[in-house]
Amino acid sequence: MQIEYVFWLSGALLAACALHDLRAQRFAAAAFWGILAVVFIGGTALPTQAVGIGVIVLALIAGSGALRRVPEAVAPAAAEFRRASAARLGHKLFAPALLIPLGTLVLSLLQPYSPWAAADRVQFTLIALTVACIAATFAALWLTRAHPRHAVGEASRLLDALSWALLLPMLLAMLGAVFAATGVGEAIAHLVTAVIPTDSRAACLIAFAFGMVAFTVIMGNAFAAFPVMMAGIGMPLLIGQHHAHAAALGALGMLTGYCGTLLTPMAANFNIVPAALLELRDQNGVIRAQWPTALALLAFNVAMLWFFSLP
Amino acid sequence: MNYWPLLGVAVVVAGFVLRTNPALVVVVAGVVSGLLAGLPVPDLLALIGAKFVASRNLLVLLLTLPTIGLLERAGLREHAAAFIARMRTFTLARLLIAYLAVRQILSMLGLSGIAGHAQTVRPLLAPMAEAAAEKIDPALGAEARERVKALCAATDNTGLFFGEDVFIAFGAVLLIQGFYAQNGISLDPRSISLWALPTAIAAFVIQSLRAIRLQRALRRKAESRSAD
Repeated sequence: MQIEYVFWLSGALLAACALHDLRAQRFAAAAFWGILAVVFIGGTALPTQAVGIGVIVLALIAGSGALRRVPEAVAPAAAEFRRASAARLGHKLFAPALLIPLGTLVLSLLQPYSPWAAADRVQFTLIALTVACIAATFAALWLTRAHPRHAVGEASRLLDALSWALLLPMLLAMLGAVFAATGVGEAIAHLVTAVIPTDSRAACLIAFAFGMVAFTVIMGNAFAAFPVMMAGIGMPLLIGQHHAHAAALGALGMLTGYCGTLLTPMAANFNIVPAALLELRDQNGVIRAQWPTALALLAFNVAMLWFFSLP
Repeated sequence: MNYWPLLGVAVVVAGFVLRTNPALVVVVAGVVSGLLAGLPVPDLLALIGAKFVASRNLLVLLLTLPTIGLLERAGLREHAAAFIARMRTFTLARLLIAYLAVRQILSMLGLSGIAGHAQTVRPLLAPMAEAAAEKIDPALGAEARERVKALCAATDNTGLFFGEDVFIAFGAVLLIQGFYAQNGISLDPRSISLWALPTAIAAFVIQSLRAIRLQRALRRKAESRSAD
């Protein structure tokens, strides 16, 4: 059992969608998904520099605007087909959809009793999700009596609707690594510590909390912000100088960073991909729906930090 | 200290403000930051490629697409909507609060991967919420529809983020513990995850209130329209 199989399957699906786009003469989309399919199947066996060039080509295709697929006008016949099919199949339609989360749940609960009990839990969940997705695809094919080519056609329709947004989480992970390698984090922490009056508990706490939010907004990930802000402000000033409670500071500091995750387009898989999935007209619609929650929770976390983490 | 790589951050900010294609912005920012830090071009390309390959696991939602596409073609969204439209007790706010509770509890148990925007929000939650909103206001406008769908995604995110930190074996808790261990402070993961509980409760209350508020706003709009 290997995680590579999951990526090969993903790559095969991407390749099938690329062929589908090629036949429909959407050449930019065919090239885009084709390159991605090669990266998924080739994986670590490919020379990393070639992948780097591939990533730049993907970004150029996305930036050229050539991926935009004109949404086909919904044929009245198709809408009528969907209504009739919904009335005929009823609740049975929920079964394959629920099979994905429930199948994943059952398989991951079975892990301790399987031969792969020692495998990494996150990787195992990923494999469980893949198995559940395969089972659900067959269940959906059987239930709807659709031809397998419809599975590819429908996947391609959704893929072209998601378009470059699907790629953004991977690109941002890449950007995080480049920022880390080029010392962007240390430079920001350096600037922040240079301007705060370190004798004031309040100033240190506010700088820490807002540093977590700001850094998470920039990096799209609280995990990247945490070590930088802790090394810059948390350890030397709040714990070292002002004797803050370590467990409370760590937990609440991380959760303060999460408020930043709700606010940033850089957290693409949470904020931009769903906007594409739900076909929102505003790319930042999810962030617009989240900012009141984020600010209220930020105030709550800062109050918790002030009253409970400082002696 | 070399402050020049910070221009990569400036590229990101400028790109989002100018609404340039985000995929292009992110790659340009990486290249700018890398070149200004003095990384040789071959090393920079290798870094970009290696990290991109290493993050392939972020794209597994891909494998849900054939199922969801087939079911949508067979009328899943129409049926989810019709189902909620028939149920009197399932108002918009109750639907969203119930989903939030389930999502948050599953995340607290470490089962965060089983729901998500592709698996549950697009095929199930969003059409159900739209149908529940149509029960309040049969002439639901495009603007209101957009707000309802966006709040569905926001509810999923809030439940996930502020549930998973309560789970001891979750990455964030282990990251915090690991950071402290490197700096000579040894902590029990349970003491860390316990401190995440008050915020988890606050997140549930705040997000629930927002669902109720949206429901009230839709109701007021529908009433003011029928009063005209």
